[in-house]
Amino acid sequence: MDINDIIKPENLVYTKPRLMNDNHMHYCPGCSHGVVHKLIAEVIDELGMEEKSVGVSPVGCSVFAYNYIDIDWIEAAHGRAPAVATAVKRLMPDKLVFTYQGDGDLAAIGTCETIQAANRGENIAIIFINNAIYGMTGGQMAPTTLIGMKTATTPYGRRVDLNGYPFKVSDTMALLEGTCYVTRQSVHTPAAVRKAKAAIKKAFQNSMAGKGTSMVEIVSSCNSGWKMSPVDANKWMSEHMFSQYPLGDIKDI
Amino acid sequence: MEEVRLMKGNEALALAAIRYGCDGYFGYPITPQSEVLETLEQQMPWETTGMVVLQAESEVAAINMVYAGAACGKCVFTSSSSPGISLMQEGISYIAASELPALIINVMRGGPGLGTIHPSQADYFQATKGGGHGDYHLITLAPSSVQEMCDFVALGWDLAFKYRTPAIILADGIVGQMMEKVVLPPQRPRRTDEEVKKQCPWAATGKSNGKKHIVTSLELDSEKMEVNNERFQRTYREIEKYEKRYEAIDTEDCDYLIVAFGTVARICQKTVEMANEHGAKIGIIRPITLWPFPYEAIAEAAKHTKGILVVELNAGQMIEDVRLAVSDKNMPIKHYGRLGGIVPTPDEILDALTNELIND
Repeated sequence: MDINDIIKPENLVYTKPRLMNDNHMHYCPGCSHGVVHKLIAEVIDELGMEEKSVGVSPVGCSVFAYNYIDIDWIEAAHGRAPAVATAVKRLMPDKLVFTYQGDGDLAAIGTCETIQAANRGENIAIIFINNAIYGMTGGQMAPTTLIGMKTATTPYGRRVDLNGYPFKVSDTMALLEGTCYVTRQSVHTPAAVRKAKAAIKKAFQNSMAGKGTSMVEIVSSCNSGWKMSPVDANKWMSEHMFSQYPLGDIKDI
Repeated sequence: MEEVRLMKGNEALALAAIRYGCDGYFGYPITPQSEVLETLEQQMPWETTGMVVLQAESEVAAINMVYAGAACGKCVFTSSSSPGISLMQEGISYIAASELPALIINVMRGGPGLGTIHPSQADYFQATKGGGHGDYHLITLAPSSVQEMCDFVALGWDLAFKYRTPAIILADGIVGQMMEKVVLPPQRPRRTDEEVKKQCPWAATGKSNGKKHIVTSLELDSEKMEVNNERFQRTYREIEKYEKRYEAIDTEDCDYLIVAFGTVARICQKTVEMANEHGAKIGIIRPITLWPFPYEAIAEAAKHTKGILVVELNAGQMIEDVRLAVSDKNMPIKHYGRLGGIVPTPDEILDALTNELIND
């Protein structure tokens, strides 16, 4: 059979999302960010929101999210993405406004803005990448780092007496009256990717419907920061992270 | 239409903003400027002009909301007082670095630290020399009356949008709290979405015609970052060339010169009247833009004077710029300042003038 007999629309099983561009990605091979970026690009395209979306990128590995997804972006100061998104949405209520934040940005330096924006019920969506480590700055402890986990600033493992407990942000967010949808997903298997995509779509639709704040936590791997191969990182995540951060909807109203 | 009212400087700021066609205010309560947010909430402009008013969770959040609004090409502002403005410095640096137009208002109280709620001018260095990290300047306007509190809102935004850089109104607590007659400008409509896009084609308002907008201050390539820095500096040189403002009172043939800004310059006018009765000819230069600083005007006025007294509500900040302005290094340049929230009386300043310069 000739190759051109195979390249037909009905045989197409995968394509690069239209809103993902060809810029060379700076993410490490095996990192979850690329997959989540792809899902956001697909959802925005499917919702027909290409010209009505404003993304807010954080400080951390995904600071350059604006280089890869072809919509409008505002780069926020470290931790301030929910405050930025608040103002954008209030000033332009017809726009789809979402933040994309890591665990350091959202759960450490930006905890106040995250909780306050959600408690006001801002009509924004928060995509939260939880890989339990600071990637960009070189593998330091995050608020979500597991007990016993070795990082650059917990070289002998995180200790409760020194560093406190892993922060279950989504459970906290679900307690707030301003949130309408809080879910914890992952992207380590094709099935998980499909569920994560559906969650992102629901979060975006909620914010356009004015239902309040939605948060999609993606429990992610950081094989470079964890010092593992991509395959081992996914395995380690399944075995250790999911017991601390169980997948599934925490709140959906 | 225009309207004459009696009100506090802080209230004038709020009403002037609504009448300018402002899109949004984001602020956090702090004495002595809380009337700005209170007045806006009383006015409910979201019901009339569609302006957004939001009490933020902190000054840090408020300035980042202003950054966001400016990134969307909107006409936005915040107000605070000294400790709150310190908290905002990171965000202000981001606004400057992202080349965004925004208005910040500092109704100064005494510091350092929690200090006092009483009036001060001790944030001169912070406002005029950068404040946050990195090489940048704020267009710094110093009002001395409630009318100027009103007028500088429009001037601040006009300059901010013209040069795509943040402007700050640096007011002392006196002019924020005192009541005076003020002529409010007529109500202007807020810009339409189309007008915003036309005026700010760089704004992140959603892709238009396939064109994507990114607002960021990040550039990891040093060669490119230097180009960005040089572009900022060119803007600052333009502002220095065209936007210096000051008021000169009787400076042509004065024996001594007083340099003061804000409310203090008005107290000094009374001092001058008292001095005139004793036969001393005193001129006043009141810098209106503290950055860009009117060095040339001071140099010109200093030519025929025997000495200069700089009067400030601080321990000596603007005096450094006055010294830079005067090339004659033998010229006596003295400082009189009150600290801790105390406002000097006219005769107290006359005593300082007499003791430090005239009888020296």
